[in-house]
Amino acid sequence: MSVEILSRLQFAFTVAFHYLFPPLSIGLGVVLVMMEGTWLVSKNPVFHNMARFWTKIFGLIFGLGVASGIVMEFQFGTNWATYSRFVGDIFGSALAAEGIFAFFLESGFLAVLLFGWDKVGPVMHFFSTCMVALGAHFSAVWIVVANSWQQTPAGSHLEIAGKIMPPGYALQPEDLGQARMVIDDFWAVVFNPSSMDRLSHTLMGGWSAAAFFVISVAAWYLLHKRHEQFAHYSLRFGIALALVASVLSLVTGHHSAVGVAKNQPPKLAAMEGLWESGPDAPLHLVGVVDEKSSRTTGIAVPGMLSVLIGGTSEHPVTGLNDIPLENRPPVNATFQLFHVMVAIGFSLIGLACWGCGLWAFGLLDKPENPLTRAFLLICVPAVLLPQIANQAGWFTAEIGRQPWIVWGYLRTSQGLSAVVREHQVLTSIIGFGFIYLLLFALFIFLLNRKIQHGPENREESSALPESWMKQSRA
Amino acid sequence: MTIDYNLLWFVLVGVLFAGYAILDGFDLGVGALLPLIKGDHDRRIFYNAIGPVWDGNEVWLVTGGGALFAAFPNVYATVFSGFYLAFMLLLFALIFRAVAIEFRSKEPWPWWRAMWDRGFFIGSTTASLLIGVAMGNIVWGVPLDERGEFAGTFLGLLNPYALAMGITTVALFMMHGSIYLAMKTDGDLQKRVRSWINPLIIAFIVLFSITSMATLLYVPRMTDALRANPWLFSVVVLMILAVANIPREIHHGRDWAAFLSSCATMLLLMALFGLGMFPNLVYSSPHPEYSLTAYNAASTEKTLRIMTIIAAIGVPIVLAYTASVYYIFRGKVKIGPDSY
Ligand code: HDD
Ligand code: HEM
Ligand code: HEM
Repeated sequence: MSVEILSRLQFAFTVAFHYLFPPLSIGLGVVLVMMEGTWLVSKNPVFHNMARFWTKIFGLIFGLGVASGIVMEFQFGTNWATYSRFVGDIFGSALAAEGIFAFFLESGFLAVLLFGWDKVGPVMHFFSTCMVALGAHFSAVWIVVANSWQQTPAGSHLEIAGKIMPPGYALQPEDLGQARMVIDDFWAVVFNPSSMDRLSHTLMGGWSAAAFFVISVAAWYLLHKRHEQFAHYSLRFGIALALVASVLSLVTGHHSAVGVAKNQPPKLAAMEGLWESGPDAPLHLVGVVDEKSSRTTGIAVPGMLSVLIGGTSEHPVTGLNDIPLENRPPVNATFQLFHVMVAIGFSLIGLACWGCGLWAFGLLDKPENPLTRAFLLICVPAVLLPQIANQAGWFTAEIGRQPWIVWGYLRTSQGLSAVVREHQVLTSIIGFGFIYLLLFALFIFLLNRKIQHGPENREESSALPESWMKQSRA
Repeated sequence: MTIDYNLLWFVLVGVLFAGYAILDGFDLGVGALLPLIKGDHDRRIFYNAIGPVWDGNEVWLVTGGGALFAAFPNVYATVFSGFYLAFMLLLFALIFRAVAIEFRSKEPWPWWRAMWDRGFFIGSTTASLLIGVAMGNIVWGVPLDERGEFAGTFLGLLNPYALAMGITTVALFMMHGSIYLAMKTDGDLQKRVRSWINPLIIAFIVLFSITSMATLLYVPRMTDALRANPWLFSVVVLMILAVANIPREIHHGRDWAAFLSSCATMLLLMALFGLGMFPNLVYSSPHPEYSLTAYNAASTEKTLRIMTIIAAIGVPIVLAYTASVYYIFRGKVKIGPDSY
């Protein structure tokens, strides 16, 4: 296999592994703020107990996020050196800002969150929880800004050995290493055409992941009649967050799709398997794309894509036939991944509404009710759905971006490290494969043990640190 | 007055990596010292001494990497792709170490804890060694081609000079870690920890003298700056004073002052390193004209200016809460229900 394929494999594998954890950290941060905040206001120890339990889970997830994240920070240099030289003027600042503004914030206050229960007062502890949650959101901001700039470059121009090149110039092999993007306007880079849509959508994906995680654990406890008071409240926090996050996923996802249609027409055409340009573009609900015969077969709603993108079925949408072969992404993969994400998106909205309905009718605590029982039974494995949607979403965005690594400027095949050899990448892939599989197995094992063990069932209020007991009595 | 942003970022990237060496240095050192004590309770004290801070310490590396990428993309690209396998090893070591700290306390079984203790020790020692080897190669010079790409081999990176530098770094981190532990422990354990400090200082001084001799003999350009500006010898003198001050403070029972002295030693070492290298970031040998410098490998001045603003806003905030975290977790380690 070529260095290109291997490096892409390695990047996709390591980033997909990394991305198992950040969505949960982002969302659980919000859950922790909700729980601890409720405790501060109500002083009901059950909320404190909840915050403690979920903090422990958070710590475990965070640890793996950190361990796998360090790899990402350096992989641009190791495997994509030409790309790094090309984008350093722009991309590097975002990564550095992520470190300064986000990672320091998270890791500093994480110490207080995890170990500071009896070192600081409740208000200071709550503040630390808020800062950790904020830090997780900040790191999404910077990394998504960086990635979005590479999807829809703005605020910059191409230079080769110091000479400004006209827009649309196609890089030649001899330019590589000399060519780079140069920044014109920092804020135009940050607010590039896709960054805000994609950021909001990514964050909602994180909230969904955590909401359904909390729901899943609570549902499991309720079905097994364990920790019922704890599960009762956790379930409600989860459902409330799930409703907000899943509806907003749809809204922000729709916005992203409209943006893709405008800024990256080949990607949209691939996501929808659209071949013919023109008005009345159909929207496929399910289907298969045959790239050889340029056909998409499946169930489609006529004209619906045009309506969604432009508001009327008259709206013309670009099809793949009008895109040169060398600028097309892999169509079927993009199509299928996108449809998986959207299907999950609607299922999650359905589940959240179902839960809210049960709640409204006072049925949520009655596992003997068949509707409630069915709901809880589905919710236990449903923890996987947002995880799959998050991965599918990134794969859609990244595979749909091919063959470009920096849209319209640099091709993926041009971004490789010139000096790295096949056997080196092969060695590192095997290393990562082995280590990540081991870590993943251990992570699942420990997570399962923690959940089986459940929250501490000591005398309810004795879970409070000593110094806080005085305060909550006072 | 115009600001030389390239110089500024040469210094700032250096400061970030120095911050990394000083902070993560002690927790890597704690990992390397772990096998010297037996017994789960004492070992837990070691883990919890660094428990609340090791993650934040590692962020200095992450941010240093980001800053290098932003300010000197060509250096970031050349070094990381050129030292490919060495960096992969470093990453593996850092991963193992991170999860060892995280996982160890989760189960009580002796074999489980012994396994992660081993991971923590091997990960910490390998990481320290590789960091030193990387520094050694940067000082020694690496072969670059006319495009600024690495033209050497993996085995070439393991030359005797770089290895000596690696071992010196391990000794330095162990010394630094033992002083940190003296601050965080008490009773018998503290006595034992304190008894390691002097031998480690001696080991470090011996190794450091050997590498310094080698540098003087084989890499004389590292001392060009000193010879051109004799007042810079004050840095060397200060460093020697800082090292010599450590046993004195330990003797008087002022562990924290000894630790500050040790931090100062490392800072001054990095300063010497920077003075010797400037303006080169990667020295090319045998073709010095292909070297990557703070001027030919940098981003545009506009980016450096933007980064300066980001740093001016971010760094004071970072220092403020890093200091608060160290303050909140000051004092001797006590094992509680939330400990590792
Ligand atoms: C900051 C930048 C950035 C971010 C946040 C992501 N990626 Fe990406 N991705 C890249 C920057 C990048 C890249 C450096 O630009 C790659 C390397 C090769 C390429 O084509 O683009 C890439 C490739 C790449 C590929 C290979 C595509 C192919 O070869 O067809 C996949 C599957 C993903 N990424 C998946 C992801 C996932 C699951 C992410 C979720 C975290 C993700 N990316 C985040
Ligand atoms: C490919 C690009 C990426 C790089 C280079 C990267 C880099 C990193 C690094 C170095 C860390 C560890 C920081 C520490 O030591 O505390 C980390 C953690 C984290 N990353 Fe990423 N990351 C990438 C993708 C993403 C994406 C797409 C997101 C979210 C949208 C994200 C969100 C986070 C969060 C929230 C953490 C904190 C740790 C955790 O959540 O478990 N990262 N990342
Ligand atoms: C409900 C319907 C949904 C629609 C219409 C939708 C739409 C989209 C679109 C168009 C993109 C590509 C954006 C781009 O390439 O620039 C995208 C990406 C993504 N989606 Fe969705 N999505 C939906 C649901 C979800 C859900 C439920 C999740 C996770 C729980 C999710 C997670 C993601 C992620 C992580 C990305 C990659 C980041 C990004 O490009 O924004 N999506 N989505």
